[in-house]
Parts: sequence; C-alpha cells; structure tokens
Amino acid sequence: MKKSVFASLALGVGLIAGASVPAPAVAQAMEQFMPIPIYRTGPYAAGGTGYFGGFMDYMALINERDGGVNGVKLTWEECETAYDNARGVECYERLKGKGPTGAAMFHPLSTGITYSTFEKGAADKIPVVSLGYGRGDAMVGSVFPYLFPLVTTYWSQNTSKIKFIGMKEGGMDKLKGKKIVNVYHDSAYGKETIDILNKQAATYGFEIKHFPVAHPGLDQKAIWLQIKQIAPDWVILRGWGVMNPTAIKEAARIGFSREKMLGVWWSGSEEDMRPAGTAAKGFIAAGFNPPGKDFQVIKDIEKAVHAKKKGNIESDRVGTVYYNRGVVTGILSLEAIRIAQEKFGKKPLTGEQIQWGLEHLNLTPARIKALGAEGLVQPIKTSCTDHEGGGAVKFSQWDGNQWKIVSDWIEADKGLVRPLAEESAMKYAKEKGITPRDCSKEM
Amino acid sequence: MLYRESGQFKTSYRADQAIFPIRQDRIAIMALLAVVFILVPIVADEYWLGSILTPLLVLSLAAIGLNILTGYAGQLSLGTAGFMAVGAFAAYNLNLRVPELPLIVDFLLAGVFAALVGMVFGLPSLRIKGFYLAVATLAAQFFIEWVFTHVGWFTNYSSSGVISAPPMVIMGVTVDSAVEKYLLTLVMVAVLALAAKNMVRSRIGRSWMAVRDKDVSAEVIGIPLLATKLSAFGISSFYCGVAGALWTYCYLGTVEPAAFDLSRSFQVLFMIIIGGVGSILGSFLGAGFIVLLPILLNNIAAMIGHGTLQADTMANLEHIIFGGLIIFFLIVEPHGLARLWQIAKEKLRLWPFPY
Repeated sequence: MKKSVFASLALGVGLIAGASVPAPAVAQAMEQFMPIPIYRTGPYAAGGTGYFGGFMDYMALINERDGGVNGVKLTWEECETAYDNARGVECYERLKGKGPTGAAMFHPLSTGITYSTFEKGAADKIPVVSLGYGRGDAMVGSVFPYLFPLVTTYWSQNTSKIKFIGMKEGGMDKLKGKKIVNVYHDSAYGKETIDILNKQAATYGFEIKHFPVAHPGLDQKAIWLQIKQIAPDWVILRGWGVMNPTAIKEAARIGFSREKMLGVWWSGSEEDMRPAGTAAKGFIAAGFNPPGKDFQVIKDIEKAVHAKKKGNIESDRVGTVYYNRGVVTGILSLEAIRIAQEKFGKKPLTGEQIQWGLEHLNLTPARIKALGAEGLVQPIKTSCTDHEGGGAVKFSQWDGNQWKIVSDWIEADKGLVRPLAEESAMKYAKEKGITPRDCSKEM
Repeated sequence: MLYRESGQFKTSYRADQAIFPIRQDRIAIMALLAVVFILVPIVADEYWLGSILTPLLVLSLAAIGLNILTGYAGQLSLGTAGFMAVGAFAAYNLNLRVPELPLIVDFLLAGVFAALVGMVFGLPSLRIKGFYLAVATLAAQFFIEWVFTHVGWFTNYSSSGVISAPPMVIMGVTVDSAVEKYLLTLVMVAVLALAAKNMVRSRIGRSWMAVRDKDVSAEVIGIPLLATKLSAFGISSFYCGVAGALWTYCYLGTVEPAAFDLSRSFQVLFMIIIGGVGSILGSFLGAGFIVLLPILLNNIAAMIGHGTLQADTMANLEHIIFGGLIIFFLIVEPHGLARLWQIAKEKLRLWPFPY
C-alpha cells in the first residue's frame, strides 16, 4: 500500500514538472490570442458559461466567416477560475504570454478578479476590459490607462435605474419621500453602488436602505422580513448567481410586488428567472444588451458555427441574455482590434497596441448595422478621458417565459456620475502615487 | 546509504540540540535553501514565481500558523483566514497612515495586531475545547470579515470595500517584479519557518504539546494553561497575520475582505491535515499539495489537447479528483505527507536492506 502512495507521489511530481514545460512553439504568426478566464463550476457558473460561450462563438464566427479579423485568426484558451480571485490571478499570469504577441486583452467577468488583475495589466501593458462591471471610477482613463469598463458602469446604470423609477412614478419630483431598498451581494461588486445611491437619495429626496446578502446568497429570510416591515416602494436587487432566484422567491413569500423589483444586469437572465418559477413574473431588470435571436449576427452564428457543430455552448442557450452579452463583448473586443490594426498594421497586435484601439472605439449606428448587431449594441465612442463610451441601458420585464423589453435606451446621468468618478479616481491616484496622463495631448 | 548515520557522534550539548542533528539533513536543507534562493529565481519564469511559488509560500506560512495552534497546541481553529485578514488590513492601514515605518516593520506589526486579535478570540479556549472551540473561532472568522466589510475606516472609505496595496519600497528599492516579490516572501517565510521550527522544540513548544496531549496533566506538572493557550493563539495568529499581509502585498495586490472568507480557512485546514498535523515540514508539503493540484489538473486539459477532454467536464472532474485524492490520502496516511517523508527517511537509513 505504501508503495502505491510513493508511486502516485512520484507520478504527481512528474506531472507537475510536465505541466511546466511550455507547449512547443508552432508557427502561429497570424494569430491573435484571447484568454478566457471562465468559471464552469460554482454558484455563478450560469453566468460564466453563457457569457464566455457567446464570446467564443462570436470569435468562431469571425474565424469561420471572415477568416479572422482582417486575416488574423483568433485563438483562445480557457482557464477555470471558479470565480476565485486567487485563481483568477493565476489564470491571468498563465495566459498573458500565450500566442505570438501575448494576450490581446483580459475579460475577468468578476469584480474581484478585475481588482486583482488591473494593476498587473497596467504593468504588463495588457488591457483589462470589465464590460459593464468593475470599478466605476475606471471610466477616468487618465488614471486607469489599461482598465476599460466599456458600455456602462454600475454607477451609470444606477442613475438610469433611478430615472426609470422616476418615469414609472410620473416624474423625478415624485421620488421625494419614496422608500427604496437596495439588496446587494456583500462583496466588492455589490458595494460599488452604495455611495452613488446615497448621493442620489440626497439629490432626489428619497429614502434608501441597504441590505447586504452574504455570498452565495441562499439565506435571505431575515432580510426580507425586515423589508416587509419597511414596506418600500421599490427594491433594487444587486444580485449575482443563485442569490437572484432566492431573492425573488423571498419577495413573493412576503408578498412584495415583483413589478416593483428592479435588478441589475446580472440579475436579469433566463437562468435567474427560471429557478424562481412563477414567482419571477413581472420582475424588471436593467440590461445593456437585449436577449433574443432576432439579430443578424446571432443568425450568422447559428448558421456558421452551431450548424457545423463548432459551438462553444449548448445550442439551446444561444440568444439568452448572458450569451448575447458575450456576443456584445466579442463585437467590442474585435472592433478594438480592428481599429488598432488600422493604425499598427494587419497583423497580430500587442496589448499595448490594442489599448490604443480600445481607447479609440467608435461604434456608429452605421457600423453597428454593418456588423449585423442593430439593437443589440448601443453606439459607443471611447477616448482617453472616457473609457466607458456608451452609458445607456434598456429595461426588460419577465413575462413568465421570456424577457420583454419595456423601455428604450435610458441614458445615465453623467453630470452626477462623472464628478464622483473623477473624485474617486484622483483619490486612487494619490494613494498609489500615480500622475494622471494629460489626455489633451493624446487627442 | 543516503541516511547512514554511523560515525556521526554528538560530543557537546550544542551538537545534541541542533535543529537538524543529522548531517544529511543539514546538507539537504542547505541545498534546498540554495536552490530556492539562487537557482529558482534564475530558472523559473514569471508565471511560476508570481502565481505559483509566491502564493504557495504565503499559504505555507498560514499553514505553519494554524499548525502551531492546532497541530502543536491542540486548539481547533476555523478562523485562520480571519486572522490573515487582520494582518492584511493592518499592514495596509499602517502603510497608509504611518508612512514613516519601513515596510518590513509594517508586516511584523500587522502580525502583532493579528496576534492581539487572536488572543482575544483565544480567551474562550480556557473554558471550551474541541468542536466547541472550533465554533468560537468560526465566530472570529465571520466577525472579522464583517468588520472589514462594514467599517469604512479600514478600507480608507473605498466605495467597493477593496484595499489596494501601495507600492512596496524597502530601503529605497521598489519591490514590484515577480522575482523581487518572490524573494521578499521567501525571506520572510524562511526566517519565520526557522523560528517556528525552533519554537516548537523549546520550552514554549513543549508546554503547547503537553497541553495538547492532556491539559489536566500539564497543569498538574506546573504548566500555566492560560499563558500557554494564549501564547499559542497569539503566535499562531502572528504567523497568519504576516501571511495575510504578504498575500495582499506580494500576491494579489488588491484584496477585498471576501478574499479571506471561510473557504480560505478550510483551505489552510486541509493543508495541515494533508501535510501533517504537528509538523512544520508538513505545512509546506500540504500547501504544495493543495495549491499545485488544482492548477495541475487544470493544466492537464490543455496538455492533452482541446477537444479530447471538454473544458466543462474537466472543471467538474477537478473537484471530483481533488476530493477523491484527499479521501485517499486520509485513509492511506492519516498523519499526512510529513509522516510519509518520515517513513521514507527511516527506510533510507536501512537501505538497501529495509525490513
């Protein structure tokens, strides 16, 4: 028996040594490498697989249909993070040097991993793209040159949410005296919006109460009892993963109307609603991408990728919220590469060159139409000062079977968000001893 | 042949009390130190240094901390990650609010703060033991995490509750490359591990073990229970605190309190169970096993090529294999990897004719 232990130990050591040997460098001159720090296990697996599945399918589409971005094929490799920060850092380090020019950019899909990698990204000159998450103040590109919270941040989205509530109540002045409860995931992700909500409460005169829910969010009974006592006019749900259906079921149990519940975009997927069953009917969620298959780009993916059995996700999940979000991520990422190629040449680019592309994104309505993504993506224009670009969200309501869009694009209140972001970014710069870039010289 | 000790006579108390009384062990340790201090920084690439060896060393330090408390003093604890968090946040706040202090002093003071907190939560150990004490330390874990999440002062009122380690400067040198961070961690861990090894053979370590084996008997022979148990909690938490500070500064760079959640405590606990309870060497072996195995399994999928093994299958297989191996080890060798090494050494003494 003992012998077998030693044998297995020796085998283990051998395997570890084997794992360290780098893969043989084959000729891969015209390839652009994309790291995929996915999570296929744990309470957030639905988000991880759906999002990165869509992202990989879009890259597969570009490879199959167009032969890559201007002839540069896309390659990618998965790394399982299990949504754990430490493993996310390991994945970042493992994948950053792969491919002929290193990682094009890094999509952490976790606020925690974003925080743990963006400084490494800045040091390695690899852009970290936190599309719709990450720190809100990162929109200040002069302080965060390699961090891109593209499309919209939690801060922007929150002002859109309050606008939406104002619309439903019949005007922003009607918010005065209303009671709003913020049920948030007790992590960096969940806490992001507390400050901005407090600020908005002071501006519009509503009352805000914050309720943290511990990871992973299965135990919420006590919180909802308190919410019942408060009897709020609206509940904002900043959930993620299994926390969402639990919150919806608890709300149904205390009899709080789901039509007065407003989720963040990570609370608005099919995977969040189905487990809650009939209780979910009427729930409203923000989103920067609508679900559905009625977009040319999704149809192309079905034809060029899934019909040929080359999909990176189960075919029945194509067109879901997370999936389409992954496609949006793919569109923006590859657009950044395409724009950078115009400046640096049609070849695999380094992270530093792609950073330029991300900073000069210009997704006009015409370009969106050409990409076959009309209505799927909002127009986006980034710059050295503005790493966010868009800033609008649409709201959808769950009708028991699927999401129905119930609003047009609602713009964020940039007048409120921008000064707060700048204040926070400058505080960060001071703490870190960073001199902000002079963006006026880079126009 | 390797471990034949004939001809090695101890002729002085000094020689008898050496940490490594056998010459082969001394040579092996010297060689190991030479390898990790000189060869590894030259040979290893940034990935290995930065994201495998550095966290491995830091977690080994935390495992030593827990091993002092649980392995040597017999006090069960589930609050390891909490004490690590105290160290991390103490180092950050010291660095931020008392910038005059040198970084190493920050780290050590972070350990001292963690020790103080650990001693407070160690007080119940005088009345309760075993599982009940584990629950009390579990309270420490949750309470500490809660405090850092909800008291803004600790995170310098960061809007998301995340702290970010300021640049590390030691005597005018900025420590920012993977090699420098690895070496800084290695120096701290090597010194503290040696200190721990020494401590557990000295008077204080012997009194810990006496309390562990039978506290009533220990008290009868004149070992003060209060001082012994609290010193175990204090020193253990000191190690965990320094580990937490290193985790923040040398590995992650930025952390939120959730980085020190209960699963981190369990991770360290598994390390000492697998590595060997009551063994300093075991802390390193266990940390190696727990840190390297998931990465190894994760790499296998890439090694045997895409398509052969689906990534989603692999992700779940990883959990199954990991759990299975832990069970296997506990059945085959409940005293951990350190005990296996000890058996190997004893067999080598008689080699080539073991019986």
